[in-house]
Amino acid sequence: MSHQLKGRGEEGGGGMRGQARSGSLGTGDRSRRSPSMKRPHRAEEAPGRRRAQPGQKERAGGSPGSGSPPRKQAERRGRRELLGDRERGSAEKICRGRRKKDGRASLREQRAPSKREKEVRRKEEVWKQLKKHRSSSMASSTSSGESLSEEELARILEQVEDKKKLIASMRSKPWPMSRKLAELREAQEFLEKYEGALGKGKGKRLYAYRMLMAKKWVKFKRDFDNFKTQCIPWEMKIKDIESHFGSSVASYFIFLRWMYGVNLVLFGLIFGLVIIPEVLMGMPYGSIPRKTVPRAEEEKAMDFSVLWDFEGYMKYSALFYGYYNNQRTIGWLRYRLPMAYFMVGVSVFGYSLMIVIRSMASNNQGSTSEGDSDNFTFSFKMFTSWDYLIGNSETADNKYASITTSFKESIVDEQESSKEENVHLTRFLRVLANFLIICCLCGSGYLIYFVVKRSQEFSKMQNVSWYERNEVEIVMSLLGMFCPPLFETIATLENYHPRIGLKWQLGRIFALFLGNLYTFLLALMDDVQLKLSNEETIKNITHWTLFHYYNSSGWNESVPRPPLHPADVPRGSCWETAVGIEFMRLTVSDMLVTYITILLGDFLRACFVRFMNYCWCWDLEAGFPSYAEFDISGNVLGLIFNQGMIWMGSFYAPGLVGINVLRLLTSMYFQCWAVMSSNVPHERVFKASRSNNFYMGLLLLVLFLSLLPVAYTIMSLPPSFDCGPFSGKNRMYDVIQETVENDFPTFLGKIFAFLANPGLIIPAILLMFLAIYYLNSVSKSLSRANAQLRKKIQALREVEKSHKSVKSRATARDSEDTDKSNSKNDTQLTKEGTAHHSASQSQTLDQKAQGSGASSSAGKTVLPASQHLHVSRAPGVRPDSGQAQPQAHPWRSTSGKRAWRPPH
Amino acid sequence: LFYRYQDLAPQLVPLDYTSCPDVKVPYELIGSMPELKDNPFRQRIAQVFSEDGDGHMTLDNFLDMFSVMSEMAPRDLKAYYAFKIHDFNNDDYICAWDLEQTVTKLTRGELSTEEVSLICEKVLDEADGDHDGRLSLEDFQNMILRAPDFLSTFHIRI
Repeated sequence: MSHQLKGRGEEGGGGMRGQARSGSLGTGDRSRRSPSMKRPHRAEEAPGRRRAQPGQKERAGGSPGSGSPPRKQAERRGRRELLGDRERGSAEKICRGRRKKDGRASLREQRAPSKREKEVRRKEEVWKQLKKHRSSSMASSTSSGESLSEEELARILEQVEDKKKLIASMRSKPWPMSRKLAELREAQEFLEKYEGALGKGKGKRLYAYRMLMAKKWVKFKRDFDNFKTQCIPWEMKIKDIESHFGSSVASYFIFLRWMYGVNLVLFGLIFGLVIIPEVLMGMPYGSIPRKTVPRAEEEKAMDFSVLWDFEGYMKYSALFYGYYNNQRTIGWLRYRLPMAYFMVGVSVFGYSLMIVIRSMASNNQGSTSEGDSDNFTFSFKMFTSWDYLIGNSETADNKYASITTSFKESIVDEQESSKEENVHLTRFLRVLANFLIICCLCGSGYLIYFVVKRSQEFSKMQNVSWYERNEVEIVMSLLGMFCPPLFETIATLENYHPRIGLKWQLGRIFALFLGNLYTFLLALMDDVQLKLSNEETIKNITHWTLFHYYNSSGWNESVPRPPLHPADVPRGSCWETAVGIEFMRLTVSDMLVTYITILLGDFLRACFVRFMNYCWCWDLEAGFPSYAEFDISGNVLGLIFNQGMIWMGSFYAPGLVGINVLRLLTSMYFQCWAVMSSNVPHERVFKASRSNNFYMGLLLLVLFLSLLPVAYTIMSLPPSFDCGPFSGKNRMYDVIQETVENDFPTFLGKIFAFLANPGLIIPAILLMFLAIYYLNSVSKSLSRANAQLRKKIQALREVEKSHKSVKSRATARDSEDTDKSNSKNDTQLTKEGTAHHSASQSQTLDQKAQGSGASSSAGKTVLPASQHLHVSRAPGVRPDSGQAQPQAHPWRSTSGKRAWRPPH
Repeated sequence: LFYRYQDLAPQLVPLDYTSCPDVKVPYELIGSMPELKDNPFRQRIAQVFSEDGDGHMTLDNFLDMFSVMSEMAPRDLKAYYAFKIHDFNNDDYICAWDLEQTVTKLTRGELSTEEVSLICEKVLDEADGDHDGRLSLEDFQNMILRAPDFLSTFHIRI
């Protein structure tokens, strides 16, 4: 008997394994079995199927996320013939499913007891049916002993299943450890005792091994994540600042860090593809005129004051456009430098555009998935803000501070939203403020125009003083320094919420800077035009000089004179380099002004306030000067405009990006220090808007605006004839044509020519517009669907609540008759512990709601099914308590809660 | 983990634990663990996981605590214990007083009383599903399971 049992077990195990692997193996298994057993099992198939389906349905209802594997297994199970197999299969399936969904197990775990009961009941039914079949067909083939063993086997399996379930769900039970241990030991003993008998030891070991690997993998991933966060530069510094100053100031530093990353990439691109090849493989300094300091400037070329203005040796270095030669290929690698220069110039813009737009898009995605959490701001803050991982008192201090700050932020938000004020006064004040600011903008625009005009006059004069030479830069920096505080003062009239106020402020300063930048550019353009017109004459002069030089040596053919020293060759003004120098200067002066402002305006003020407070007649810290606040808007815009200048200038001065990287690096440390040492948090703390897409939008605008002049010069201005990689060409983009013609096969050239045909470009642009329109409308409809789904979820929750209250009332009344009249679904519901079921249901719903937020399409496919299931139940409840429904709300708060306790 | 427990009170806890002696480590030692010593809720944590609510823990309690706080613990379990931790007066509901306690602990009393009461009001307003002026376990779970960073913050690495 026992031997038989073992044998059956083994056979069953083998069959099961085969089945689990694939269907075809299973059929092979079937054919191996004795034909005499076929008949009864065929007969069993029907109840087996019947059983499989409800089980499947219920599982799908319980945890829709894992709907598909059980279905597959259920199908397989339908095919399965041996009873033991079936039992075992289901047992193992459930166990494995449980373990797999460990995190989710607890959801179902609440309903588990009742479910288990039901399963047991169903099993018994199956057994009865089975026995009937047995008794009818047993006589010929199967011995009574075997049937008995099967029965026993099934019972054992059942128990094993239960125990396994217990073990799997042990972790999610809020029991004290001792009880857990006791239960666990009992269950494990039981399992060991019988699993050995059932021949599953090997599989178990494999399973354990897999679990171990999974755990290791999880741990590795966690460690790797930790490592990654540690690799993020300045993370601690920023967190430190965030804890003291709130998220808005931190957002500036995060933006600065991001900008630094972008600039590093640009720097790598330019440095690696343009500067390094030129320095390594190009002609050395002093070999040709464009790489040599002219004779007239030679004695002053090393002076610091000259170098500081990026003249002298600086001007004729690889930092600027003019240094590069127009040789098609350089060095033994035959590196096509002009081509590389052009492509790098283009790809700087391409990369910047791509990264800005990508980060905007990712910000957008982040903001949509968090839409749901608006309802619980305070609760989340209260219950989840403390990070239990903190094990360092300093961090803990910071955390306390930041939590306090965030609470204050929320309170401010809340108060702002509920405040009522005198509307007319505010409106008047706002109009007034805008008027004042427009006046300021006009004034500054006129001032710059005036200064630029004057500087053009100065540039014609010979000896001008230092101030007169740098007047434009100085005036621009001063304007940038004094206008933003002025705007801020005016903006206090308006009395906006700080976050909106910040946006207004940013917009105004943006307008100011933009005006300044474009007047500056116009002035530069004038200059460039002037130089271009001069160029022709200089070209002639150069020709004449060379001509004379060689002619003069003409009558002495035998001794060829050495070629003219490169320093003596007269040369053109090289407007590209001049533009590059302007941008260099502007960047440097901007940087200096920023630092000096921080030093004077913040640090010295802080020192003064701090130390003079001991001997002053009023309280300096609380009174008038006090400490400076960190000016977010000004700093952000400064950063953005600086970046715009870098983008514009990098084509004319490849070294500009390098300088900018240095600048950002220093300003990171310097500003971090300055903020921590000498600034105070805003009085009205507020949170940065969730996505800093506003900054990104500004950045994108600036990028576009800085792309325009560069594209203009590339496309429509002739490059200088004697300097830069494109010298001698009619336009800069000719370099592409040249490359295509010389280095590619001819048919490619034809293809390019064909592609550049306007007949092809215009339809392409049209197509793009259409695509944009289409995508836009699609996204709109999707977002609408999203909003509707969210509304539905909200409504469902309401229904859920009322449903719950009705249920609790029903149980309080002990009204059995209503339950009986309900549909089958509903009776199930009540049996499963009324409120519990619905609670778990709503939780799954909530999970899905989050999922739908993250990926609306996925959410849509899942949601309707469960909603349907749900809604179909809710009406089933309503009629039985018809008149109770309307007054459910007020009533629920009083008696319903008292009557109904959560059964834990 | 056992060694950590043993390290807390080497004179109290025997190395050989097979005979299951009835040993408790007092709260003062539990609360001074580096993992817990900066936690504003350390007292509550210890109380919740200890058997009789006085914060003294046996090894089993200790294991219990870290199994709940571990990363592997399921969400509902964590939510259940988080609820217990925030339920200062052990009446199975988080009432306004409990909330006030929480806020004061979180901010070290740096907020004024009006602010604290405002916050509590808001929290009740948001999370109280059945409008009875306090949070039941169900309300709490409903709310906390939707919090984006609950799982990431509510665990202790050892």
